Amino acid sequence: MANYIAPVVLTVVIAFIASALLSLAAKFMAVPVDETAVAIRNQLPGANCGACGFAGCDDYAAALAADPEGIKTNLCVPGADGVAAAIAAILGQEALDVIEQVANVRCSGDCKATKSEMDYQGLKTCAAVKGFFGGPGVCKYGCIGFGDCERACPYGAIQVCNGLARVNREVCVGCGMCASVCPQQIIDIIADVKRVYVGCNSADKGKDTTKACSAGCIGCKLCEKECKFDAIHVVNNHAVIDPDKCKNCGLCAKKCPKKVIHVFPKPNVKPFVKVDAAS
Amino acid sequence: MSSGKHLKGVHVDHQKNTAGMPIIPMPVPERVYIPMSMHIGAPCQPVVAKGDHVKVGQLIGDCDKPVSAPIHSSVSGDVEAIEQFMTQNGRVDTNIVIKTDGKQEIAETVVPPVIESREDFLKAVRASGVVGLGGATFPTSIKYNTKPGQVDTLILNGAECEPFITVDHAAMLAYAKDMVDGMRTIMKWLDIKRGVIGIESNKPDAIAKFNEVLAGDKDIEVLTLRQVYPQGAERVIIYECTGRHLIAGKLPADVGCIVSNVSSVLKLQQYLTTGMPLVSKFLTLDGNVVAKPQNVEVPIGTMICDVIEQCGGLKGEVKKIILGGPMMGRAIPRDDFAVMKGNSAILCFDETFATQRKETACINCGRCVAGCPMNLMPARLSRAFKDKDIDALREFNVMSCMDCGCCAYSCPARKQLNFEIKQAKSLVMEDDKKKKAKAEAAAAKAAAKAEAEKAKEGGSK
Repeated sequence: MANYIAPVVLTVVIAFIASALLSLAAKFMAVPVDETAVAIRNQLPGANCGACGFAGCDDYAAALAADPEGIKTNLCVPGADGVAAAIAAILGQEALDVIEQVANVRCSGDCKATKSEMDYQGLKTCAAVKGFFGGPGVCKYGCIGFGDCERACPYGAIQVCNGLARVNREVCVGCGMCASVCPQQIIDIIADVKRVYVGCNSADKGKDTTKACSAGCIGCKLCEKECKFDAIHVVNNHAVIDPDKCKNCGLCAKKCPKKVIHVFPKPNVKPFVKVDAAS
Repeated sequence: MSSGKHLKGVHVDHQKNTAGMPIIPMPVPERVYIPMSMHIGAPCQPVVAKGDHVKVGQLIGDCDKPVSAPIHSSVSGDVEAIEQFMTQNGRVDTNIVIKTDGKQEIAETVVPPVIESREDFLKAVRASGVVGLGGATFPTSIKYNTKPGQVDTLILNGAECEPFITVDHAAMLAYAKDMVDGMRTIMKWLDIKRGVIGIESNKPDAIAKFNEVLAGDKDIEVLTLRQVYPQGAERVIIYECTGRHLIAGKLPADVGCIVSNVSSVLKLQQYLTTGMPLVSKFLTLDGNVVAKPQNVEVPIGTMICDVIEQCGGLKGEVKKIILGGPMMGRAIPRDDFAVMKGNSAILCFDETFATQRKETACINCGRCVAGCPMNLMPARLSRAFKDKDIDALREFNVMSCMDCGCCAYSCPARKQLNFEIKQAKSLVMEDDKKKKAKAEAAAAKAAAKAEAEKAKEGGSK
């Protein structure tokens, strides 16, 4: 029995001494924390996506706490109005509206519409294959489909289905991570209220585009003639919508012979169904 | 004089099926498509227009930027079009399409240059249109434009360490005398004391031929290199011939060497003696679906499909076409690309050679480390690349990689190590660019601030 008492007592004594030292250290070596910054940080979503323009949520919170007048409280796009209001309340300011944004892929060329021109066996990332004859597809402007965007998205809002990246607008927060990694630069970050977009980025002439992809813009300018608001124009052989002028009427989409202008249904209607790659 | 020490490498299956075959000139095709960017540096601008009649050796593309090489017509005929389309580099480039007339008239401008000084010589090198024909396509005029006294050794690279390719071997047997004359001319005008001809030991007839031609020349020696891939890589051959280390980012001239491929020196010598610039290319046509493997001389700009057809065609279904050797060459998705200055082989393979075997997990066997001539740790680099850890990539010296592919060749897990390291290098380069831009912006901001303060002080005074 005596054999056990000594070590137990010793351990307890060491524990008390260590805890005393720790509590003293916590007192004297404490790093002062800005309470405001911590409160703001707790409100932020913590995705560290960088949509606010700062290095991460911690950085944005610290910057806001340090300079509440100079930096706007509505920069967190993923957090939307709720977070902006909470931050404004902490700082005692008036709540500002956040313009919700979503990613938008300017390509409609899935496996059915376009083909691969080579049996590519190298690294299966878009960035790697871009340097090899501009990608395996016949069209050199569209989605490569190896999913760099899918891997970059912290929210799982963009997925490659049938060789084409598709955005789930319900989940997407518009942080822009996918747009920054896309080597084709076909992902736009646009205001969530804009529901009409052109799903083609081909700079080839109409004839070549038709050869390469059945879902390509041929630059026929029918949309341009149809638009009442002068919002859609053919630039570089494909139609481009000016988001400031577009009124979401969808007339261009109805007129488009190649059906590459898409109109998203109004919010609360589920727009996106994941298609199994095997089917 | 070998240093006695060697860099690491791998033993590859040589497959020199066309060894000893002479170089046969190919008949002129119906049309040639000459791209305006066949070298490292600024692309050339066409100096002919649609409808012009051109002759062999006539200048058709040039550029006023220093790092470039002029481009000459390889055939006589009419310029049919000047078009933009994708070349074998995977870039969209201006191409001059010439419909040949079959007469192959020589242009009036083809006269041997008069050389009286070092400047004349460098001008002639540029006018010859010669670039590094081993595959790097670095303009030779820039390579030779060194500071006087900087270079003491001229290395003639006849290693030809890649499997399948035998054109340099064939050229050495046929034109050894021209190559040695070319070396002597270069050494004379650039004031280089020592010349070394490096040849791998699997070409004893070429070594014997050079020894016979040199006949006891004291300044030039023939060095037998080991049969280890990559003996022909610039950094490796410099080390093997002189014992000097060429680190990444430095030029051979910085360590007192100039390395030229045997074909480059041959084409340069031919220009100096006849005035005919670089208009044709020696190629090995080989691979297990080629009906008649052979060495051919092809006018630059000939379509690869025309070359294959003219040389007997294919005997099976082709699954992969590689331009250059199988270790460092580049696969192409179609066969309608034009032959460019840097090509040295067309290899056609069927399914058995073209299938990438399944990648498995790294077992840390270290064979990639044992094979790397630059003493890198490819598996570690691959991991750092997957983590996008740029600091680690720098720490493990990724920029020293020369893409020789020894790591991937020796990997039992069939990891595409060289592909990953290539991507890692571009990642580091991008980061460098970003850092540079950031530093420049900061410097500009600081300068503007200082100026504003200065103005303020001036105002208050």
